[in-house]
Amino acid sequence: MIRFEDVSVRYDGAPAPAVSGVDLTVPEGELVLLVGPSGAGKSTLLGAVSGLVPHFTGGTLHGRLTVAGRDTRTHKPRELADVVGTVGQDPLAHFVTDTVEDELAYGMESLGLAPDVMRRRVEETLDLLGLAALRERPIGTLSGGQRQRVAIGSVLTPHPAVLVLDEPTSALDPAAAEEVLAVLQRLVHDLGTTVLMAEHRLERVVQYADQVMLLPGPGAAPVLGPPAEIMARSPVFPPVVGLGRIAGWDPLPLTVRDARRRAARLRERLAAAAGAAGGAARTGRRPASAGGTAPGPGTAPDAAACPGTATGGALPARSGTARETGTARTADGRGARPGAGRFRLPGLGRGRPGRDPSREVPAQRRVADVDGLVVRRGRVEALRGVHLSIAPGETVALMGRNGAGKSTLLSALVGLVEPAAGSVRVGGLRPDRTGPGELIRHAGLVPQEPRDLLYADTVAAECAAADHDAQAAPGSCRALVSELLPGLADGTHPRDLSEGQRLALALAVVLTARPPLLLLDEPTRGLDYAAKARLVRVLRRLTGHGTEAGGGAPPGGPGQAGTVHSVVLATHDVELAAELADRVVILADGEVVADGPTADVVVASPSFAPQVAKVLAPGPWLTVAQVADALI
Amino acid sequence: MTRSTGRVQAARAATGHAERAGRPRAGARGRPSGWRPSAAHRGNALHPGAWWLWAIGLGTAASRTTNPLLLGLLAAVAGYVVAVRRTAAPWARSYGAFVKVAFAVLAIRLFFAVFLGSPIPGTHVLLTLPQVPSPGWAQGVRIGGRVTAEGLLFALYDGLKLATLLVCVGAANALASPARLLKSLPGALYEVGVAVVVAMTFAPHLVADVQRLRSARRLRGRPDSGLRGLLQVGLPVLEGALERSVALAAAMDARGYGRTAAVSAGVRRTTAALTLGGLLGVCAGTYGLLTAEGAGYALPVLLAGVLAALGGLWLGGRRSVRTRYRPDAWGARAWLVAGSGAVVAALMIRAAALDPGALAPGVVPPAAPTLPLWPAAAVLLGLLPAAVAPAPPPAPAPPAGPAPAADGPAADVPAPRKERP
Repeated sequence: MIRFEDVSVRYDGAPAPAVSGVDLTVPEGELVLLVGPSGAGKSTLLGAVSGLVPHFTGGTLHGRLTVAGRDTRTHKPRELADVVGTVGQDPLAHFVTDTVEDELAYGMESLGLAPDVMRRRVEETLDLLGLAALRERPIGTLSGGQRQRVAIGSVLTPHPAVLVLDEPTSALDPAAAEEVLAVLQRLVHDLGTTVLMAEHRLERVVQYADQVMLLPGPGAAPVLGPPAEIMARSPVFPPVVGLGRIAGWDPLPLTVRDARRRAARLRERLAAAAGAAGGAARTGRRPASAGGTAPGPGTAPDAAACPGTATGGALPARSGTARETGTARTADGRGARPGAGRFRLPGLGRGRPGRDPSREVPAQRRVADVDGLVVRRGRVEALRGVHLSIAPGETVALMGRNGAGKSTLLSALVGLVEPAAGSVRVGGLRPDRTGPGELIRHAGLVPQEPRDLLYADTVAAECAAADHDAQAAPGSCRALVSELLPGLADGTHPRDLSEGQRLALALAVVLTARPPLLLLDEPTRGLDYAAKARLVRVLRRLTGHGTEAGGGAPPGGPGQAGTVHSVVLATHDVELAAELADRVVILADGEVVADGPTADVVVASPSFAPQVAKVLAPGPWLTVAQVADALI
Repeated sequence: MTRSTGRVQAARAATGHAERAGRPRAGARGRPSGWRPSAAHRGNALHPGAWWLWAIGLGTAASRTTNPLLLGLLAAVAGYVVAVRRTAAPWARSYGAFVKVAFAVLAIRLFFAVFLGSPIPGTHVLLTLPQVPSPGWAQGVRIGGRVTAEGLLFALYDGLKLATLLVCVGAANALASPARLLKSLPGALYEVGVAVVVAMTFAPHLVADVQRLRSARRLRGRPDSGLRGLLQVGLPVLEGALERSVALAAAMDARGYGRTAAVSAGVRRTTAALTLGGLLGVCAGTYGLLTAEGAGYALPVLLAGVLAALGGLWLGGRRSVRTRYRPDAWGARAWLVAGSGAVVAALMIRAAALDPGALAPGVVPPAAPTLPLWPAAAVLLGLLPAAVAPAPPPAPAPPAGPAPAADGPAADVPAPRKERP
């Protein structure tokens, strides 16, 4: 269906080609997943298939690329519109009309299909994508998942043979992502559409792929092959594959289900290791349990038992209870485990038994306190009676579906929105009544689009401005940048940075004022696994849990002598929450519906559980790193 | 409708839309079923051109009178029809903005009358402002001085006329979808039209961007208000808008925007000749009409130019391969709606010829305006669309009801990318 014959693309002025040596064939009716680190050329390859590269973007394409027999050299994107449907990263940038039905028809109108054909196909597509109830809705009123489905539907109506999607689920909450992926699955199975898709969040998509195309790095030739084979050598892989690599499974599992079938022995090994860990933990050898080795002064009896010898006995007993329920994977079976997870995550390891550790911190020491907060946007109550308090050094993950009020809560903490009722206190101040210059010393927010924070045209100028804004000593921001992003040149334009680098720069800018409370809105959108791992390391150091991966990093965090930051992240990324958060707060419809230690909350919900937890349930492991540590 | 309620209702139509919008709909439901208009959906949507003709009719009527009672009645009629027949679509929210602009126009007109004086001679002096002596070369301009009741009254009537016109245009804007109107354009103009509509949707995006970036300034510890803040976000906002346009252009290109059919060279040349010649003809004809000596040839040249241009458009449409998805049909309802507007306009023009005094109440000396019965009845014919046009569905799924102020979709729509601060 798609034939690449020695294709390479080089953009004007670029020293090296963005992709090169692409020589492969994508057969009809397959779902092909493009994987690879940021900057490996995934978007370029997708653009080449739809003809936008090089006709629209500029640059030079060598070799020959045919889609359904049409050469992209001689066919412009608009002349490929009937065989290739393209959906970019941002569905909003894709819409031309204002209602769902018109949007579905737009492509067909451009192609000049007969009115009766258009009518029939719109009806079919509405049903296929489950959009019938939304047909007359203005597009502005749709949720993220609905928009993505409309965008896909709008390119489906001309019946393209090939569908090209760039990160279709990155901005979506887990449930909406499932919605979109189910549709793609159906297209491939029922209509024989060839789907070419790039996605960073492999844990969501890799199990749907028929083949995986790996782009190992910028300019390197891609490899096409069966998912399990490619995943075995891919530099980017989902946690379930990471687990399989550690356990030495062959072929590698791609789904939680595959992995569970093989995980019986691993679970036993882990249980045994955990038993041994009870003793080993005292030595502080394993950082995961290191937090638990020193039971805090206020430790409750059952918490005190955890890092000690009782753990070995406790684990089999837990598996026993889960087995009794018959379905070890049900949410309740896992959620009911008493105090699970307390002996892995650093923050939980402090041995606080309560549901909300921050409650036990005296009010004056709390970094932030939200009490009965109500926020109205227009006539909608974006937040209703939210309570939240944050202790120093704590990492809290805010989760919940799109539009649940996560970002609004973060905005309220930095005074961008005014409470309609209730109170917000950050470091004893009311954020909405505090001047910006004063507030940045207490709370800093990195917005969803880090670029919003950056105005200057070089990194150096940005840093100088940040020092000035924060009244910090000249060079403090630049020192932070050097720590977060070693080797970044002063003269680089912020626009030329990758998503991950831009996030790090924005983070450095915010940290220059040393706010005790650091807020991050959806920090991992568009980050590949390597950038995400870097972010996790940085945030761990900032919260004073820097013993793990950071090696010899100073405990106070980068350049922050003595400042221990509390971090609040709003995220859809369950793996990130599992790795980083001490506590998870789930919002729904502007209300807090769950608030507790990560292990309890995240694992209790099938859509918020990380893959490792699903595989190893009822065991208390959440991330690959924890499993790897346990198996040493 | 009695005298006093005309204005009151106009004012309410302007300010109190939130509670008004629900009520008439509930009333409509209570009517006997024979009277109940069918629920609006895509299939029976009224042709947007009909709404525009109706609104132009009301506007024409408004331009024929300065009687505040009649003007108020016209505004009330337009407001009522908007209240009961507009949908929850984004463009429908613009009505509130139009009403605000109308009030602003009225206020400005009165302000000028007070401070810059009025050419209307008057004897009822209300107050005397200190007059700024003006130099000899600006004798016609007066600042301050006497404010007479006659002058104020004249300004009020004049401003009301303008405000009513604006309300009528706002009504058409709120009732007819601009995108659907676009579908009625000739094929050759379609792509230009799309560009215009897309450009129009960029304005709200820009406003949202400015707000987002200004709040981001607060995160950097800089004051988020003031002119300097606005200027500093200017460049990032423009960058963002540019990037968005490029992304949209790429998406449109990939979806087949601008595909053309192959047409013979002869047709292409004829099209160019007709269009160019037509435009020249229109220019020459207009020039002739405006100059004294061209009265003889102007009209025929203008007509020929218009015809040639139309022919060029029609031929040019053959290059476009576009088809139209469910274009709105011009049916009996459309005739009734457009006709009601036309009848209002025609009757008002007739009334102005028959009884100029009633339609333009005396200013010098000031006389209390009376409500002329027949013109008022004619204006009420403009309410016909409220009965024949399909009623919008009772409540849209999101709480995006008819918000009075056009504060954009971001305010009440939980959307993933809109939840930024």
